[in-house]
Formats: sequence, C-alpha cells, structure tokens
Amino acid sequence: MSQDLFPADSAATPPEDGSRRSFIKQAGGILGLALAPPLLSQAERLTAFSKTVEGVTSMTLKVNGTARTLQAEPRVSLLDALRENLDLTGTKKGCDHGQCGACTVLVDGKRINSCLTLAVMNQGKEITTIEGLAKGEELHPMQAAFLKHDGFQCGYCTPGQIMSGVACVQEGHAKTDDQTREWMSGNLCRCGAYPNIVAAVREVAGKA
Amino acid sequence: MDTTEPAFFETNGPGTGGVVGLPLDRVDGFAKVTGQAKYSAEYKLPGLTYGVLRTSEIARGKIQSIDTTAAAKEPGVIAILTHLNLPKLAKTPNDAEGKKAIGAPMGFLPLTSDQIHYAGQPVALVVADTYDRAVHAATLVRVQYATEKPIVSFLDPKAQLFDPLKVQDGKTPGHTKRGNAQEAFAAAPVQLTATYEHAINHHNPMEPGATTAVWEAADRLTVYESTQGVTRTQKALSTMLGLPTEQVRVITKYLGGGFGCKGSSWPHTILTVQAAKAVGRPVRLSLTRPQMFTGMGHREDQHQTLKLGATKDGKLTALIHEKTSTTSPWDNYAEPNSRIINLLYACPTFESTYQLARANVMTSTFTRAPGEAPGSFAIECSMDDLAYQLGIDPLQIRLLNYADKDPTNGKPWSSKSLKQCYARGAELFGWSKRNPKAGMTRQGRYLIGWGMATASYPVHNNQGTARVRLYADGHAVVQTGATDLGTGTYTVMTQVAADSLGIAPDKVRFELGDTQLPTAPNSGGSVAAGTVSSSIYMAAQDVWQKLTKLAVQDSKSPLYRAKAADVVVEKGRLMLKTDKTKGEDFMALMKRAEMADIEGMGNGKYGAGYETGRAAGPADSGHQDDKGGHSMHSFGAHFCEVRVDPEVGTVRVTRWVSVHAAGRILNAKTARSQIIGGSIFGIGAALMEETFRDPNLARYTNASLGEYHIPVNADIPDMTVEFIEEHDPYINAMGVKGIGEISMVGVSAAVANAIFHATGKRIRSLPITPDKVMNSLAV
Repeated sequence: MSQDLFPADSAATPPEDGSRRSFIKQAGGILGLALAPPLLSQAERLTAFSKTVEGVTSMTLKVNGTARTLQAEPRVSLLDALRENLDLTGTKKGCDHGQCGACTVLVDGKRINSCLTLAVMNQGKEITTIEGLAKGEELHPMQAAFLKHDGFQCGYCTPGQIMSGVACVQEGHAKTDDQTREWMSGNLCRCGAYPNIVAAVREVAGKA
Repeated sequence: MDTTEPAFFETNGPGTGGVVGLPLDRVDGFAKVTGQAKYSAEYKLPGLTYGVLRTSEIARGKIQSIDTTAAAKEPGVIAILTHLNLPKLAKTPNDAEGKKAIGAPMGFLPLTSDQIHYAGQPVALVVADTYDRAVHAATLVRVQYATEKPIVSFLDPKAQLFDPLKVQDGKTPGHTKRGNAQEAFAAAPVQLTATYEHAINHHNPMEPGATTAVWEAADRLTVYESTQGVTRTQKALSTMLGLPTEQVRVITKYLGGGFGCKGSSWPHTILTVQAAKAVGRPVRLSLTRPQMFTGMGHREDQHQTLKLGATKDGKLTALIHEKTSTTSPWDNYAEPNSRIINLLYACPTFESTYQLARANVMTSTFTRAPGEAPGSFAIECSMDDLAYQLGIDPLQIRLLNYADKDPTNGKPWSSKSLKQCYARGAELFGWSKRNPKAGMTRQGRYLIGWGMATASYPVHNNQGTARVRLYADGHAVVQTGATDLGTGTYTVMTQVAADSLGIAPDKVRFELGDTQLPTAPNSGGSVAAGTVSSSIYMAAQDVWQKLTKLAVQDSKSPLYRAKAADVVVEKGRLMLKTDKTKGEDFMALMKRAEMADIEGMGNGKYGAGYETGRAAGPADSGHQDDKGGHSMHSFGAHFCEVRVDPEVGTVRVTRWVSVHAAGRILNAKTARSQIIGGSIFGIGAALMEETFRDPNLARYTNASLGEYHIPVNADIPDMTVEFIEEHDPYINAMGVKGIGEISMVGVSAAVANAIFHATGKRIRSLPITPDKVMNSLAV
C-alpha cells in the first residue's frame, strides 16, 4: 500500500522541472510520513485514501458528520476545499498563513487553522465547521452567547472565534478571564469585539 | 421654530413598547454566528473562475518585458491580462478628466502602461479554473524591469516637498488662518513646541478586498464587491466601462469590516471586471493579505509640529500646526489633521499648513477618523504638557479652554455635552484619586499611569433615500442601498423602521447593499446611522401622509372628512389629535380599501433636523459641512490606565473608560461595541501598529498579520462605555450623529498621556513600542 501512496522512487528523484507540483509530490511523501502520528498502528498510518498525489484526485472528507467526496489537487488546503469545493463558506480566509485564526475548524475535536493543512491530509478525520455547530434553528451555546454578548461586528472572524471558543472551553482554558484572553489570542478581530468575546466564552465556560 | 421630536420618540421610546435605543441582538447575528452570511467572495456561480494578481517586486521603473508563456501552459489557466492586452476602458483615472468623472479617489489604474509607480502594483491578472492553479500560474509570469531608484517617503533626501493648495482629495484647504497666530505665539508667556510622528498604519479588515464580477450580457454587469458604498462603486465602474449607470449592479450584503479602505474604488475591482469580460465567465478575485498592504490604501506616515501658546493660567492664545507627509505619485492625499486642532478648544488664533512629498507608494486613504485620529494625538498630548507644566489637572486644563461655540466659525453648536462626558468619565474612572505627579505610582515592578483625552468628530454633510413598503397584513419591507460594515446598520435600521411604522421589529425585513435599492451614501465618515435612519423615518412619514389622505376620504373611516393636519399616528394607529378615541389602525384602513401594500419614499439628510419643514427641504448642493446655522459635532472623552514594565518597556492598557455624546443612540448594545472597537483600533495605533517601508526598495517589510501587529484579545482589558443622553434637533430627522469614528479619536493621546503619567517621559512617536519606552527611560 505504501507504494501506491508514495512510489518508492519518488522521494529520491529530484524535481525535473522545478515546478511546484513536483515539489508537492516529493514533499507530500516526506511531510506525510513526518506528520503521521507515531502512536497509530502501522496499518492505519499507511492507509491510502487517494491513489495519486499529482493532479486532480478524488478525496473524501467527513465534514459535520457527512462524508463528502470532492475532486481537487493535493495542494488544496483544507480551507480552500471547504470554501471552494464544498461551498462551506462559513470558514473564513483572512490571511491564508495561520496568522489570523479566521479559518479555525475542529479536526478530531481539536482546533486547527484549516489554511495550514492540506485537504488530503484530513481524510478519515472528523472535521467540524461553523455550519456543523447548530442543530437546525437551535444554536450551539457558544453561538447563542456570541449573539447575546455581541461578540462580533462584521462577522468575518466570528466563525473562527466561535470554533476557537468551543475548543477553548473543552480544553479547560477558560477558567479565568485572563486565561480566556490568552487562549483566544490566536483569533484576531479587527472590529475589536474582544471584551464581548471574553464575556461569551465566560458564560459558556461557567455553564460547562 | 418647532423642534418637536419625531412622534414615535414620545410614544414608542424605551419603556413604552418601542425599540429604538434598546440593546436588541443583531438581526443579522444568526446568519453571522452560523456561517450563513455570504460575503463578496462567497457566491457560488455557474462557471466561476478565479483571478489572482501578480504584483510588482520593484517600486519604480518600467516593465521591459513580460513573458506569460510558461504560465499560460499550466493546466486550467484561461487568461492572463497584462498592460499589453487589458481590454480598453472608456475612461481611466490616469488623467484629471477621467479621475473627476469616475468620482472615487482612485488616481491611477495599473495595467494601462509599462510604468511602475509602487511596489505591489498589479502587473498581471491570471485567471484559472481553480484558485490554486491561478496562484501557481501567477508565479510563473516572468517580468523584466528597468529599475529606477524609488523615493521612499517624505523623509527621503530625494523627496521634494510641496505645498498642496488642497488635501484629502481636494476636500480640505491646505492653509487655514484665523487671527494672527504667529504674533500671538511670539507674545505668549507659555510656549510649547513639539513634533509628533505617526507610523504608516494599515486598516486590515479581516475580510480582504474581494470582487466577484459577472457579465450578465455584453453590456450588463453584476459585481459582488467588498465595499462601503455600492453606489460609489457603481459610478466608478460604469464610468470606466462607458456603460449607463443602471447597467452596472453592485451588491454588498455582508462586509467583513472596512475602516475606510473599502470606501474607495481600487484597481483590483475594475481589473476583475475586465478579466470577466475577457474570459466570458464570472471571475472572483480576493486580495491576499500581503496585497492588502498595497492594494487598498493606508494611513500615511506623517510628522506634525504643533506650537501652542498660552497664558500663565493655562488659557490658549495660539495654535500653529504644520503637517508633513508622504503621498503617492498621483494624488494629493493628506489626512486633514488640522480640523480637530482648530476646533477642539477656545483659542483665538490658529494657523495650519500642509506639506507633501511624492514617493513611490500606493496612495494613502481615509483611515478610521481620518485627520481627527492623528490630529487629536498632537493637540491632546500638547494639552497634557501644558497641564503638567502649569501644575493644572489635565481635565481642568481642558475645562479652562472649553469651547462654548465653534471657534472656527463662531457658530453655536447644534448640541455639545462634552462637560457631562468629562464629568461622568472622571467619575467612572476615579480620576479624582489621581496622583498629580508623573512617574510616582508603582505597583510592584510596574509603573502605573492615568491619562485622558478629548474626542470629537464632525457630522458630515450627506443625504440618502429609503423606501418603505408597508403591507396590509402588518409587515414591512424597508430598503436602502446602504452597507453594514459590522457597525449594526441592519439592526438599528430595523429598529427605526419598526418604531416609525408602529410594528414589531420581527415584522420588518430590512434590505441593504444593492444598487437596485434607493441610493444611500457611502458608509464612511460616520454618516450612515444618521442619514439612513432619517431617510427611513421620512419614508415612513410619507406612508402615513398617504394613508391619512386615504382615511379622510373614506366614508367608512372614523376619520372621514377630518382635516389631514388634525390626524396623528401612534403605533400604527391613525387618529384625531383632539380625540384619540376616534381612529383606526392602518391594517383596517388598508384592508377596507383593498390595498395589499403602500409605498413611501424618504430623503434623509444632514442639517435637516426635525424642526418642521426643513426635514423635507431640498438638499444643500455644496455638500459643505459648515453651511447650516449650527456647527454639528459629537464629543466624548477617553480615560486610560496603563501599566509600564520599566525593565522591558512593555505597556499594557489595564483600564479603559469612554463616555460619548453623539445625539440619539439607536441601539445601546451595538453602539457600545462600536465604541469598544474604535478604542481598540486606537490602542493598536498607540502601541503596536506600524508598517515598515524598506528605506532602499520602498517595499513593505512586514506586510502580514504575523508581523503587522494589531491588538489581540490578551492586549485588551474589560472596558467601560457610557453615552450621555443628547437630543439634537438640527442634525437630521432622527437626531443621530454617528459614532464609528469618534470612538477612535483621542485614544492614542489618552494612552500616551497615561504613559507619561506612569514614567514622567513624553513619547511623541507612534506606535509607542518597548524600544521607545526603554530609550525614554534611559535619559
């Protein structure tokens, strides 16, 4: 199986044309191995979700409990796959460099910047986006708290703030206001809703 | 003069079932917290393609050759636009006539020649079928430049200073003189001269500038645009394209912040439109975050020298202000800092001048409180200096120089509640417990300081229209082409419409952000709340006038044959002024007349207060802020506590109190958020925001959110915000002054003054970063 995913010679062969796709092809092998969690069994680690790593490929992402298959190149970030391929535009692009947090989603329950991970790398994982928090008209407590405390103005950083807020409480990092401020500081808000965001997280943490 | 307030204030105000002023949750909040709100780069369209800009690495020179061969061969690439093949435009802003016709302050359009004027100038636009393919192909475009040495800023030895006759796109005179300030300063017993520096700041709204362009037909265009003004964008695009205005539709339903940088028309918008034309498919283009530093303007690097003359008991006698700043090769843009310095205190003489230097930079543009924010930094620090020098409390020195009328023109204020703001702010903050000596308050290793500053912002001349359609079943659709930057327009206008029509807010559907709706002004200069709310109120009055006419002619109405002037409307019920038992609600009246709905139009404008007659009068054609009989401004005060670590020079804001008076506050919750937000924006400018331009290459070296620091959650304490109730019968029909910008005015001075109180050292260069604090403590 490992041969399917990373042909034996691919890591050894230098890029031929200097193009970024060739680089990805190589780096995908190195990165894929480097990022594989060491504690997983050998069988899990080598499961091939896609047979090819170059050009458009079919991949399946489990988003908000639903398996979604899409056709995209391996270089497509999880953020772009969500927004452009799956039309889940609730997850926002503010910088594309992991500096602003607007693209925060939960992957296997942990908050990550979806612009800093490739979609292909997230196959088989539970991805939760802002669209997956509410149950129909019934808001998640964090969403309701943001609404009540006016934890936003323009709304563009808001999905990322809310996903971060959900994780922050789950992590136990919202025990005090100062702790909340620290652990919510990876999510920038240019409208300056910070005191209201702290109030929203405080309310949810208090009930948790 | 009859200065009766709009009727519903009496009958539907807080506590009477009305909703204006109440802290309602945002009506667009559900869409925003669930991710359903669609911003301009989020419309799913058939055949959508992706545009990516390739921008110039050099700041000055010429494109010698541009080779798109390799890029064009990439899979999925559809088109590559350069200056060699950009479809020709009817008009460009590259000449004076075109710039004037386009009407938006965009003085230069790239891809029209081989000239490079600034680093980051677009040189190619690549369109591909996916975003990643367009990004990759853009890197393969090979550009050869003939590079010239750029001029970096007004401080560049090669820079040539000149005296602009007007600044800020021609709106503000470059010279102001009131009395003989030079003589008064020379004769003043107390003379202070100080120079203040302000770094380049970038707006950095979280949503990057974005355009989705769709040609519906060869001569009909729809653009989803991240803009503060759909009408202004429509005018700019239709003029450049040579299309009738109505053939261009601009839609902005949700806007991810703006702060001024989305108030103009920028090159990427028209280039995306041209790309869509070229490929015959919709094109979506979002600026990258680094492109946001060169694509949509900034607050310019600037020095201000302020000379302040005063008597020994602290009364101002002279203010002389000189500003020097950088502008682009094609615009005369400088924030009008002198405006607030001229206006804030009762000072008998004033003089101001501006000097500009052209450099190889993108033009600077309106940035939240343009002029007032950096101008207040200068005057409010100098007032603090005066207070310390004379041993007078900083708050007292401001009261000593309180302006009871507008010192610039002698006109009475339409309303001014600054004294109440000072008093309430001081009370909330505990100002009376202040240690009068600077550098004397310690808390462990930290130095503690308290500072305050005055805020003021004008009510700018503006007007707009709105349409109300009231249905016989008791609901209404209210429309105007305004935008909501996040300021709360959706919510507050729903509240105003509800009370104006006497129906519940959930019976109102408020629509905005579309040029097919009645024209509203750009949401900028803090005009939206006042103008748009007034136009909605006026449109509702139009409905009531029509329904009154209907009732008095309807033999089945209890109001049959009454005089229209004798009919009043309260909470949707039309009745006799003299006998309110005689009347009926609008639903009964309309149903009997078999009317499904009725429409009203309204025109809300500056200077048309709620005194009878003027509210419906013609617009003032000059659009001058000072045409009315009153001077119209909002006022406020900020109080700040800082904690300075003398070992490493870090400054933290630990307490904050803002009290403002800005006419009617339409929603206590969203208004508080706006003041908090503006204060945080100002704290950013005060302590951390600074874009560095390389002194040789004129390129920004920190064009990212990782290196251009804006405040994060941990930088900000809890904040206290209050409003002083204020009724202003002159400004507009709703008595609303607007709060988007006053929230930021004076903030950097309040922080700087607190730092002075903490350390005893004055820092006049923004941002006040740890290195500057350490340097100040070393001397």
